[in-house]
Amino acid sequence: MTKSNDSGVSRRSILKAGTALGAGAVIAPTFFVRNAWAEEFRNNPGNASSVKFGFNVPQTGAYADEGADELRAYELAVKHINGEGDGGMLNTMQPLMLKGDGVLGKKVEYVTGDTQTKSDAARASAKRMIEKDGVIMYSGGSSSGVAIAQQSLAQEMGVVFMNGLTHSNDTTGKDKRRYGFRHFFNAYMSGAALGPVLKETMGTDRRAYHLTADYTWGWTQEESIKNTTEGLGWETVNAVRTPLGAGDFSQYITPVLNSGADVLILNHYGKDMINSLTQAVQFGLRDKQVNGKDFQIVVPLYSRLMAQGAGANIKGIYGTTNWNWSLQDAGSQAFVKSFGQEYGFPPSQAAHTCYVQTILYADACARAGTFYPPEVIKALEGFEFDGMGNGKTLYRAEDHQCFKDVLVVRGNENATSQFDLLEVVQEVPASQVTYDPSIFGGELGPYKV
Amino acid sequence: MDVILLQLLNGLDKGGAYALIALGLTIIFGTLGVVNFAHGALFMLGAFCAVSVQALLTISKKVKDESIKFFDAYKEIPYLEAWWGDTGAMIIDYAVPISILVAIPLMLLIGLGMERGLIRYFYKRPHAEQILVTFGLAIVVQELIKAQFGANPIPTPAPEVIAGSANVGLWVGLGESVVYPWWRLIYLAFAGVVIASAFAFLNLTTYGMVVRAGMADRETVGLLGINIQRRFTIVFGMAAVIAGLAGVMYTPILPPDYHMGMDFLVLSFVVVVVGGMGSLGGAVLAGFVLGILQSFASMNEVKSILPGIDQIIIYLIAVVILLVRPRGLLGRKGVMES
Amino acid sequence: MMFAGLSRNDKLLFAGFTIAALAMPLLAWPVGANYPDLLQKFAIYGIFAIGFNILFGLTGYLSFGHAAFLGVGSYAAVWMFKGVTMNVIPAVIFGVLVSGMFAALIGFISLRRSGIYFSILTLAFAQMSYNLAYSVLTPITNGETGLQLSQDDARVIDRMFTEQTAGLPSTNLFGLEMSGYPGFYFCCVLLIIAFFIALRIQRSPFGMMLRAIKTNQVRMNYTGFNTRPYALTAFIISGMYAGLAGSLLAVTDPLAGAERMQWTASGEVVLMTILGGAGTLIGPILGAGLIKYFENIFSSYNDGLLAESFSFLPDFLNDALVFVIGPFVGEGWSLLLGIVFMAIVIFLPGGLMEGLARIHGWYRRRGQGDAGRKVAKQAAE
Repeated sequence: MTKSNDSGVSRRSILKAGTALGAGAVIAPTFFVRNAWAEEFRNNPGNASSVKFGFNVPQTGAYADEGADELRAYELAVKHINGEGDGGMLNTMQPLMLKGDGVLGKKVEYVTGDTQTKSDAARASAKRMIEKDGVIMYSGGSSSGVAIAQQSLAQEMGVVFMNGLTHSNDTTGKDKRRYGFRHFFNAYMSGAALGPVLKETMGTDRRAYHLTADYTWGWTQEESIKNTTEGLGWETVNAVRTPLGAGDFSQYITPVLNSGADVLILNHYGKDMINSLTQAVQFGLRDKQVNGKDFQIVVPLYSRLMAQGAGANIKGIYGTTNWNWSLQDAGSQAFVKSFGQEYGFPPSQAAHTCYVQTILYADACARAGTFYPPEVIKALEGFEFDGMGNGKTLYRAEDHQCFKDVLVVRGNENATSQFDLLEVVQEVPASQVTYDPSIFGGELGPYKV
Repeated sequence: MDVILLQLLNGLDKGGAYALIALGLTIIFGTLGVVNFAHGALFMLGAFCAVSVQALLTISKKVKDESIKFFDAYKEIPYLEAWWGDTGAMIIDYAVPISILVAIPLMLLIGLGMERGLIRYFYKRPHAEQILVTFGLAIVVQELIKAQFGANPIPTPAPEVIAGSANVGLWVGLGESVVYPWWRLIYLAFAGVVIASAFAFLNLTTYGMVVRAGMADRETVGLLGINIQRRFTIVFGMAAVIAGLAGVMYTPILPPDYHMGMDFLVLSFVVVVVGGMGSLGGAVLAGFVLGILQSFASMNEVKSILPGIDQIIIYLIAVVILLVRPRGLLGRKGVMES
Repeated sequence: MMFAGLSRNDKLLFAGFTIAALAMPLLAWPVGANYPDLLQKFAIYGIFAIGFNILFGLTGYLSFGHAAFLGVGSYAAVWMFKGVTMNVIPAVIFGVLVSGMFAALIGFISLRRSGIYFSILTLAFAQMSYNLAYSVLTPITNGETGLQLSQDDARVIDRMFTEQTAGLPSTNLFGLEMSGYPGFYFCCVLLIIAFFIALRIQRSPFGMMLRAIKTNQVRMNYTGFNTRPYALTAFIISGMYAGLAGSLLAVTDPLAGAERMQWTASGEVVLMTILGGAGTLIGPILGAGLIKYFENIFSSYNDGLLAESFSFLPDFLNDALVFVIGPFVGEGWSLLLGIVFMAIVIFLPGGLMEGLARIHGWYRRRGQGDAGRKVAKQAAE
């Protein structure tokens, strides 16, 4: 049994938290003022010379590789915040309060944990970070269910959670929380961004067939894409639900062949998407002619790992992503450069969003002048920034969702390198994917818990 | 009609995979009396034979990629392509068929090693302990594979010439609308051949007959001076080869990842139980029956009447069979019941 | 009298267990496991494993679907929080009752078969529950996201007495919040009660009957004894234990997800029981603690933290240790778990308890040997 050297600190903070809870009073003060250093809150670093972030990513299970890439990005972000390395996006972010000496003069340390892509395990791991390691913020995720579970924990515990990769509308809709923030885009934005491109490349007279993963994320994406395509004048032939982890999708794909549909939309993610796309292509769908048109396949949410898993099958297939390393703006280039030099290959979109989230949180603390969560949250709400790879971006106060340009991409037909899997077809401006926060309902909840 | 035919093909195809795994499980249970929870791991190892062969064939030299300016990126050009051009590319294209040749001896060795190294110490121990130790082995094997190959599925495509679909409809007079991927047809035929040869081996060769005699009455065969244990060891190796081949051939359909064995494990146990523990014919029959039923349960027409039926059909059938006919479709009475 | 009929050893065992359970925060401190969430998990999964052991350890029926009852208990408890009150008592009672009924139904069907057929039946039921909860039953279970509290829940009883607050309410025991250490002590008290009931069951004529089922069911049946009602009772009790554990998961953290019912979760409780020692009273609890410890602490070690832990060593030794240990912690913790588990099944089929017994026996023999030699020596003088 090994023990880390700093367990003395964490032991004290647990006892402190324990007594506070035992007394039934979580947070005593009933007032707050800006820069209230004396404010007592969970895991207040106080006079310590460092603060701890928690990075909670899937290390086992189907998304372990994505988790590993996220972890690389987090490590890089911590380096840059502490003033090590070449500084990455700290050189391009506008406005910026971080000075490369940690946050508010405190060096940033981090702990890691394994979510196993299960809500229970993720929350257990997050609680370990909060209760044992004393983190001031935690971040991570590769699935919406897990992200939402962690986000509601954040609200209960009074520790900010910065969402990693989560694409469901619910994360910043029905299940939004005051202590949860999402930089990644969502299913609604995928639909809104795809709309014009689909119209341009496939026309307005199309018949679409949906295969949808039978759980919450699949349903919200199906709904969003359907709204968009039906708005274009497309007809929805059928929308079929497939069990999660079905493996062999042949029994769902064969009915597509003679359904009269000329577009197949795969609302699948991860392994399901790799399998369903591989098999759909094997059934010859991509080479088919229906209603006098070329049959098309659309994968609304792309990720590089999925593209790698599906191999050559993704060629020419449309979808959206949050970010791609081939972008030419200064922020993206700075990030790709420092990531590439550190690890020898370009970052994925999951790595990008995790890196940005960490920087944004640190910067918000610097701007608020305190780690006191309500003040940090206010500093993030309505914050406008640029130079982080997606153009001008707004952290909307009403639902804690970032609004920025969305990339419509296509599987690269002639890739020049093994990383060059996706080509950017269009950068859809933020204004086109912005929506009214009230359409998804939900309640952020109070600042103080 | 088209739809029915296609779903039937889907079912047969799925059933082929189930039957191959269940056949191996049953052989092991029938000969050695061991419930092998690591059988799914053998299927997965077979699939990773294909991945490894592909990785070996594509060992690459690194060439600086000038198109990427921010950091030192390298293009990877397989030596085979660099040396032999198109011939090399074609060898790489045939990675999956080539890996069958590699998988047979490799899986045989793995099977023999597993039986000699671990399983034989568990013959006399309760079924529960056999389940547990092989379950532990399955976890260890899959974690080792994950440590080496990562968790993301790895694409292992079929050779280019048979990447497309066959016009099955024309063969049976249903017109051009019924197409089915070549590789899946090959898989079906392959499953048939493997199953037939396993049966032929056990039923038509003297060696196989002795094994079957040993399955029925181990003591008597032993008394005749035959080293039945040694034959059983070899049979275990055979079962491993069958599972491995099922895995190799499945890779173009399902890009392999470290967890695919576990995904198939529960299903294949259900297949074995439905077919009847210890009955080879039952395992094969149940594999195909369950595959076909699963395909038909997934049709929209069925799902609109019984929502979610495609999620549970296999388990539902298992429950019904176990309650109505506990020895399974073709099982002998009394096996494993006490 | 509560303790009537228990031997002196049993009373000592119970007293010792009670003290150890209450002092868990102190006992867990040297290994860095003394934080509320993990302590709660120790207690909750301890209850789960005790209950599983009543079925598997005593009757020998290996259920591969026990997690279904855990999940059902969680869902029932969360629905109680949503619909009626945030007080934990009704939720726990409701959770236990619902999973008891569910267990009665599944047990009634599954126990018509034994051996591996029984295992497959329970596995099939659990998988069906999981698949449906994840998808079609989303209106009841909230599918992937998991059932959680929301602002506009009815909470009929609470609404009668208190104003609605801005944030989500927390679970409480008549005002005492059930997160952190109070939550742990609540679970801990229930663990002690659960342990006591298991102890009584094991020492009762009913417990004897269950063990007789394990040893030779056929003979029992031949003597004209119908064992089914006994096995079914054990199955239901064990399902209720799982339901209690499930509702406690909801008490300490009001969220219930479908993955709690997956067959791997059922496999986990089997691992716990075997690791610790099936059929023993303490073993399953030890096993549960060990697995949760692996899952939460070993998984958090990254190479950086490892290097820091061994920083007192010279660099080359430090590097070597990180190189050797690295693959087994952090993302490799399941590999380590698999290896430990295999080793236990191969070398210590009785689990950790057998290991402890062997060590104990070895010491005693050695002690006796020493004493014997001493006596001999004295006699010679």
